Amino acid sequence: MARFLSVTLGGLSGGMIYAAVALSLVLIWRATRVLNFAQGAMAMFTAYLAYKVLEHGGSYWVALLVALASGLVLGAFVERVLVRPVENGPPLNAVVVTLGVFIVVEGLAGMFFGGTPHRYPTHFSNVNYRVGDVSALAPFDIWVIVSVLVVAVLLGLLFRYTDVGLRMRAAAFEGEVARMLGVRVGRMLTLGWALAAVIGALAAVLVSPNVPLSPTSMDEVFVFGFTGAVIGGLDSPVGAILGGVGLGVLLNYVAAYAGSDLQTLSALAVLVLVLMIKPSGLFSTTATRRV
Amino acid sequence: MAEGAGGLSLEVKDLVTSYGAITALNGVSLSVPAGSITAVLGANGAGKSSLLRSLSGLVRPRSGSVLLDGKEIAGRAPEDVVQLGMSHVPEGRGVIAELTVDDNLRLGGLWRKDKADRSAALEEAYALFPPLDQRRKRLAMTLSGGERQMLALGRALVARPRVLLLDEPSLGLAPRITAQIMGLVRRLCDETGLTVLLVEQNARSALSVADHGVVLNLGSVVASDDPAKLAADDNLRHAYLGF
Amino acid sequence: MATLALPRRGPLRSTLVRHVVLAIVGALLLLVLTTSVSAYRDFQMANIGYYVVAVAGLTVLTGLNGQISLGHGALMMVGAYTCALLLERDNPLPLAVVLVLCVVVTAAVGALVGAAAARLRGPYLAGATLAFAVGLPGLTSHYADTLGGDNGLNVLSGPPPASLGLDFPPERWQAWITLSAALITLVLLANLASSRVGRTFRAVRDDEVSAELAGIHVARTQVLAFVISAACAGLAGGLLAFVSGQASPGAFSVALSLSILAGAVLGGLGSLTGAVYGAIALVMLPAWSSNASDRFSLGTNVQHNLPLLVYGALLIVVMLAAPQGLQGGVRRLLGLLHGRAPATPARNDPVTEVTVSEPDR
Repeated sequence: MARFLSVTLGGLSGGMIYAAVALSLVLIWRATRVLNFAQGAMAMFTAYLAYKVLEHGGSYWVALLVALASGLVLGAFVERVLVRPVENGPPLNAVVVTLGVFIVVEGLAGMFFGGTPHRYPTHFSNVNYRVGDVSALAPFDIWVIVSVLVVAVLLGLLFRYTDVGLRMRAAAFEGEVARMLGVRVGRMLTLGWALAAVIGALAAVLVSPNVPLSPTSMDEVFVFGFTGAVIGGLDSPVGAILGGVGLGVLLNYVAAYAGSDLQTLSALAVLVLVLMIKPSGLFSTTATRRV
Repeated sequence: MAEGAGGLSLEVKDLVTSYGAITALNGVSLSVPAGSITAVLGANGAGKSSLLRSLSGLVRPRSGSVLLDGKEIAGRAPEDVVQLGMSHVPEGRGVIAELTVDDNLRLGGLWRKDKADRSAALEEAYALFPPLDQRRKRLAMTLSGGERQMLALGRALVARPRVLLLDEPSLGLAPRITAQIMGLVRRLCDETGLTVLLVEQNARSALSVADHGVVLNLGSVVASDDPAKLAADDNLRHAYLGF
Repeated sequence: MATLALPRRGPLRSTLVRHVVLAIVGALLLLVLTTSVSAYRDFQMANIGYYVVAVAGLTVLTGLNGQISLGHGALMMVGAYTCALLLERDNPLPLAVVLVLCVVVTAAVGALVGAAAARLRGPYLAGATLAFAVGLPGLTSHYADTLGGDNGLNVLSGPPPASLGLDFPPERWQAWITLSAALITLVLLANLASSRVGRTFRAVRDDEVSAELAGIHVARTQVLAFVISAACAGLAGGLLAFVSGQASPGAFSVALSLSILAGAVLGGLGSLTGAVYGAIALVMLPAWSSNASDRFSLGTNVQHNLPLLVYGALLIVVMLAAPQGLQGGVRRLLGLLHGRAPATPARNDPVTEVTVSEPDR
């Protein structure tokens, strides 16, 4: 029982990272109806930049800022320059473009930083707290959970209570109507991608102490984030967070009781099950949609 | 309603618009004096909506000229056109169903710099449409057809437009509500000097409030006259106006 | 298919005969080619052989049936490990039988994946197959005793048959095997594409609803396409194991899946001739890249990643330059070259379609 509780709690921080990736995918999906397959790779690249800052003596916080800022720029660039031309085309064209970005970014990372995995240092202790026989949630895990929650809440406030947020929502729901009301829709979509990439960058910095940084290190994390987003319905930010956290706990059970090598295939099984049983996601409010 | 700065004149010359190989407007010319209502009539597919979409920039016209207060605006983007003072209320209202009534209304004035007047215009819109006032926090998707029309109209007015393009405001509404909306448009025009280009299939009710009528058929103007004269022309009525 | 301008009379009127004749001509040409080049070139041709099989299989799935798969690298892995395990035994089966078993086993896995895939559309299908590609290599560590963990398995492919002579270069033998497999695959797929089954594939790709109304069982058609495509991937994987002498998880990365997709896109998605060009590019590009980085001493990091960069850039450029999809763009270009007005199909794109279509005519 104590072990079960430890494993459950242990899944929370990983799940929060998947939730962040899921949230970033949902942001992009809502704005442009594009699933960004490059999201993980782009995040990986920003984490490398942060790692370089650390190598040159920068602090954990400066490195984090560098990752977030470069995510902002990278996300805006990818949307404005590469994805914009295919946004209104057939969905598969956009998929192929983001796959192209995915390989290019991984290739660039391999060129600049090599293939050897690096352990990203952390500012916080990795020693679990202990209550009785239950041992879980190191200070680092708390930092992960809190930072993702804070970002999610800030994002919610931005969307709910600011003019920019209202413009972004309008642009995402009804681009043409928004334009007729004076909203610069293109800019809002770029901003959406940029913010999504910032969240991705945060996720990459948070995951890299546990999944050593390499050009492909975010591949699995992306798959988990995507699965979390689909569990939540791909349209619902709250669903994405719940889906990501739920998946994190589930995968921690898999790792603890079956073997960590089976995590990705388990995520695939969950993904397929959800899509077959409730394609609109477990937390989605909208009517069933064809997947 | 809003004191506004009065309407602007709208002048359309030889406007040609096509979607691929299909020509929607085949050289349309018309002129709407400031502070007046011009009704654009015609059957389905006559090019009425295409005309409005070309004016507000949703479609880029192939050739021709659109003068707003004497200034060329043909081919400008819709987000620019609205900021020049011309608002378009699209067919089927175009309210954003996933947003609340309040969000929809606020959105209409968001581009304006004057924040104080923004909220003033918002409250004026609520005063004009009491049903909306009672439903500020409701999602637009829960509104009735008439309320949606009010929302779309109110949202356009929050931008304090000088020219209003109205596409089929009576579509799907009960005659009583249609009459209310038409009466309101007339009132806005009389009280604030707003210029209105009103596209309608419901020719009878549109002509009842308009100062001038234009009949479109297959993308061309086939008649342009005083509303009373258009309504009195039996041939025209039978061929294009359906009453 | 590249049907060339053969007279449509006599026995050549039959597509089967025409394809077989083409394949025999091709085989003779390759026989001359393989015996007249260096061992290194033979090795490259052996690699091209299995890439042709893999890319052609994906071309049938994506180009002909409109389903995308980012998991073909993982399906190749199934074939490769099947091959390795079967050849590991004390009394190994003949190579041909082993390869057939690779096809059968991978097709069975493909049926499983395909059954799920038939329910998924567009980005969801892409995501699910990507998860498959990312996740499958994990099995090798989970079952490290059987599958050899990260180091993988050695494939005991044996020397060329003694009847060819003792100093017969093994690379040439490998090239013969993979190129024969490629030719056989191409003939079978070409016939499939021009058969009734091929027409149902296209019908489902173009418009699922119409296809359903026309009495086509859409889901079954999609599963069948996936099975056929997986069978090709299995064969390609088996051949890869045979040529490289090992099956290890590192060889079947997501990058492999995506480069196969890039090869198919490059070849025009829908044309088997194009698949051949795509496969050639997949083998030659890394070779050129290593030449280039040697010449300009760019270092191994650049050398290993340059091909990836090119594949990715290629996917992006093709989609940006030809918004109607590659084939549409190519067709338009050809139309311009021939001074014809470009034919723009007024197709209402359903959610699933790949915006590519037939190359033939």
